[in-house]
Amino acid sequence: MSKQFKNPVLNWIEYRLPIFSFIDDSVGSGYPTPKNLNYWWNFGSLAGFVLVIMIASGIVLAMHYTAHVDYAFNSIERIMRDVNYGWLIRYIHMNGGSMFFIVVYIHLLRGMYYGSYKAPRELLWIIGVFILLAMMATAFMGYVLPWGQMSFWGATVITNLFSAIPIVGDSIVTLLWGGFSVDNPTLNRFFSLHYLMPFVIVGLVVVHLWALHEHKSNNPLGVDIKGEQDLIPFHPYFTSKDLYGMAVFMMFFMFFVFFAPNFFGEPDNYIPANPLATPPHIVPEWYFLPYYAILRAFTKDFFLYWPVAWLITAKLAGVIAMFSSILLLLLLPWLDGSKVRSSKFRPYYAMAFWVFVIDCLVLGYVGGKPAEGTFIVIGQIATAYYFAHLVIIIPLVSRLERPKPIPESISAAVTAAHAKQAGE
Amino acid sequence: MSDTASTDTETGVDEKSRRDFLYVSTAAVGAVGSAIAVWPFIDQMNPAADTLALSSTEVNLDAIEVGQSITVVWRGKPVFIRHRTPEEIAAAKKDDTADLIDPETDASRTQKPEWLIMVGVCTHLGCIPLGQKTSEPRGDFGGWFCPCHGSHYDTSGRIRKGPAPKNLHIPTYTFLNDTSVKIG
Repeated sequence: MSKQFKNPVLNWIEYRLPIFSFIDDSVGSGYPTPKNLNYWWNFGSLAGFVLVIMIASGIVLAMHYTAHVDYAFNSIERIMRDVNYGWLIRYIHMNGGSMFFIVVYIHLLRGMYYGSYKAPRELLWIIGVFILLAMMATAFMGYVLPWGQMSFWGATVITNLFSAIPIVGDSIVTLLWGGFSVDNPTLNRFFSLHYLMPFVIVGLVVVHLWALHEHKSNNPLGVDIKGEQDLIPFHPYFTSKDLYGMAVFMMFFMFFVFFAPNFFGEPDNYIPANPLATPPHIVPEWYFLPYYAILRAFTKDFFLYWPVAWLITAKLAGVIAMFSSILLLLLLPWLDGSKVRSSKFRPYYAMAFWVFVIDCLVLGYVGGKPAEGTFIVIGQIATAYYFAHLVIIIPLVSRLERPKPIPESISAAVTAAHAKQAGE
Repeated sequence: MSDTASTDTETGVDEKSRRDFLYVSTAAVGAVGSAIAVWPFIDQMNPAADTLALSSTEVNLDAIEVGQSITVVWRGKPVFIRHRTPEEIAAAKKDDTADLIDPETDASRTQKPEWLIMVGVCTHLGCIPLGQKTSEPRGDFGGWFCPCHGSHYDTSGRIRKGPAPKNLHIPTYTFLNDTSVKIG
């Protein structure tokens, strides 16, 4: 479906490479979008926007960074003090990581609340989970690069997770390190992979959008698109709405960059890495805290560990639980048996959803506290609830709950709402 | 085509299995070849020759008084060398029969009872346990205490309480004479 332009140059290009119609059909007037999307639908394009910011700032930082244990820390300090606007670009990249996770977690919870993972969007959701995993790997390796105390000990603790694998665990850890501890070979490969991964994410995002465009966006009512009357073109309606969202988001982002640049960071990472002294309290970045809490919940006296105690160590159980906490999300389209997508018509599911959100926040809080006393017990209860929500509560509630009547179509619901307003 | 149809059915089975054999063997050779080609790209991540070359350290024990500990670096990791007091040795031997998480006798963990030599890396997630300096906490069993996730080690470096699954690792070492030891 090639477009016709008045400009002969554009026509010449379009005839040979239909790039203008491709853009128009992807994010222009040729892409029809449900007309009732609310502001929670801004977070997908925001995530893409942050990805671009991260790649741009990261490429620039790599021009000044030295991936060597003797120079890495000082090269970062040089960026902060000597490189023109280095402080700005580094603070954008540092806080951009946190922003990326804020935006993506909201995007993910939006999908959970409105049932965007349900047929026919299962693969769209699964690709999204893979994007989250790729982001985590990228963020983890990026945090190691400044070679501060938290960089070094975070890398040590996380790579040591693989030593929990029976028999081959220690060989795998040696392979990851390229030596017998986290050292120069480790730093070099982390830099290489940290530069690679964002482009893997870009590739996954392309596939994510491809799947999205096949069946179009879900919408707050969760009902299927019935016809033209349910749709409006992406441009100018959602381009303008997304741009407005970006402006608001940039104010939030830039507040941290300019006024609280180290708010999300750990002061210990401004101490150069010392392989012979562990900081008294190792914590990962905030976006990993819930998973860290799940990892630490598995001790010998945790009841979820008892059924497998004869087979594996508590350490391995914790590692498996931590990875499963994300991998279980891949099964969400099938764990949820309800035919109705949106939580608007599923009051009990909606309640369970909000308890789950609170549970994740509790896990995040506990993950940042030392593993002692009541924090262990709270972490264990919250961990048990996390898994109970996914494998017990969702399957049962979705199959037992009788949903409220759903509107016939998007446009019928909108017309009804207008009629009601006019009546009042 | 119809003329040869009858001969086709007679030889068809053979032809088909010959084709299958060629397909399968080509695919098999291709798969093995790919696996061989991939191996250098994986193995390059393993420790390089110069990293492996730094794999032994010699330590002079002369200056370590009874009750003192020193930390030396071996393969980029700290190694704890402790000149144990008679009380610590007695406590370690007494606990040989205690309820241990990773059962090992004190005798099997030392070559000379007064010298305890072990890798100072917590077997949970790789932090460095405290207890080398007299000012540091030693945990509930008078040995070492890992501050990261609260593992307690006894005077033989055995795990007694907390999430770590194993005792502190004993490196290979040989006493060159009474006052010097070679680790690795």
